[in-house]
Amino acid sequence: MPALGADMDEGTLLEWLVKPGDEVHRGDIIAVVDTAKSAIDVETFHSGTIGQLVVQPGETVPVGTVLATLTSAAAEPAPAGAPARKAGRPAARPAAARPAKPAATRPAGRTGAAGSPLVRQLAQELGIDLGTVQGTGRAGAITRSDVEKAAASRRGRATPLARRIAAELDVDLAAVTGTGPGGAVREDDVRRAAREISEPHRAGLKAPPSPAAPAPPQAAAAPVAEGAAGTAGGPAGPVRGPAPATREERARAMRLATARLMARSKREIPHYYVSNTVDMAGALTWLRDRNRALEMSDRLVPAALLLKAAAVAVRQVPELNGFWADDHFTAADAVHLGVAISLRGGGLVTPAIHDAADLPVGELMARLRDLVSRARGGRLRSSELTDATITVTNLGDQGVESVLGVIYPPQVALVGFGKIVERPWAVGGLLGVRPVANTTLAADHRATDGYTGARYLAALADLLQRPEEM
Amino acid sequence: MTRTQARQAIEEVLREIAPDADVDNLPPDANLRDWIELDSLDFLNFVEALGKRSGLRIDEDDYPQLATMASGAEFLAGR
Repeated sequence: MPALGADMDEGTLLEWLVKPGDEVHRGDIIAVVDTAKSAIDVETFHSGTIGQLVVQPGETVPVGTVLATLTSAAAEPAPAGAPARKAGRPAARPAAARPAKPAATRPAGRTGAAGSPLVRQLAQELGIDLGTVQGTGRAGAITRSDVEKAAASRRGRATPLARRIAAELDVDLAAVTGTGPGGAVREDDVRRAAREISEPHRAGLKAPPSPAAPAPPQAAAAPVAEGAAGTAGGPAGPVRGPAPATREERARAMRLATARLMARSKREIPHYYVSNTVDMAGALTWLRDRNRALEMSDRLVPAALLLKAAAVAVRQVPELNGFWADDHFTAADAVHLGVAISLRGGGLVTPAIHDAADLPVGELMARLRDLVSRARGGRLRSSELTDATITVTNLGDQGVESVLGVIYPPQVALVGFGKIVERPWAVGGLLGVRPVANTTLAADHRATDGYTGARYLAALADLLQRPEEM
Repeated sequence: MTRTQARQAIEEVLREIAPDADVDNLPPDANLRDWIELDSLDFLNFVEALGKRSGLRIDEDDYPQLATMASGAEFLAGR
């Protein structure tokens, strides 16, 4: 089960799109997985032949669980579906499957054990020393599940659901008595502990202090889509955890996923903000002329140009394109532009447009339309949900003049575009009416300083004056 | 295209693009983009589908006339 984003810790297998014996190639969609946010098409990261399908449709399993086995050309079965982290690569691209690699062929002394930034960040959160963790991923890399296992063995075992609910309710798992097999802490144990510490004398107990007034525990404990009566349309199967089923439950689960990630961002990331107002007259004229000559289906909206500029500009300021984890910044080797897309009926996803800086603006527009329509109606692909290196929010489309965003950890920057509005504007000593747009940058002060952010917005403004050159 | 046909075409296209929207109760003078909550991509889809259905080329300069149901129906009927 790949981690499809920093906010996911389990998923429900909805459907297999392959069967044992099928040959698959890197990038093929092999399964559909349901997360709190949506159904995701899971791609295989390697080529080979499908061996056994381990997890059945309807089952909910923690991130890191083997979904299926895949036999590579070397004809040796290996677990597939584990989140194989490619060591040294900042983007924690989850692989649905990884090929067998005889241990002997691994380069000796490989430093893959460091784990990806996401894994390092998780380890830091859980207080795990990565040096003490045995990696089970590709080339010995430490995976998310390795870290979680280490954390669980240190503080006693707990189910993923229990851990999640404990985090929500601010319950210290170490203080909870488990009633599950081998003393494992289960959901009920956490809820009971939460009730105990929510009694009037809560302050006197061992509950960790909450930064903000906590919601009443009973309300906060409202089921996270729990007790779902099987996944709609999916065959009944052993369901180990909650599977969002109804629309209402899905909406709640999605809200919670966003809430946790954003709370973590604001808790951990010292944001700084810079903003600028950009004259859009040239860009809009260029767009209008271009669109007049094109079929309706090939027209560009200003958002496409803004996204292109955001991607090209970050290439000029690479300090903002990458990830912060383990007390240092790792630059990404490509610009995968996350785009905040609001879903009808509520919720938000931020899938990535791969290699956005290299795409001609027409192609980027086509990808944007495809991405928005799939995010809202169909399916996103696993790589789109995990690869973003910087994210853009274009709330201007909904009429606001300025948006100051919250960074998606472990990314270090978020670009905001406001509405294009006509304003009195001085050019060359004369006052005129021009279309202008507010551009903002929220950036991680651990990774960069305001000066870097200022350079980025300047580069962005400059590019938008020369749309034909992008 | 008559005005009634034009109104029907607009309603059907809106239902395609925003299945959740309450198109039946759309006031004729309401701003479509605000009422249906269309962003710029949705609006482009709307224009494209409307163009296909009516066989008309709709240019960006025509967009203001598609702001409401009433003005949109008038625009399509007049072409």
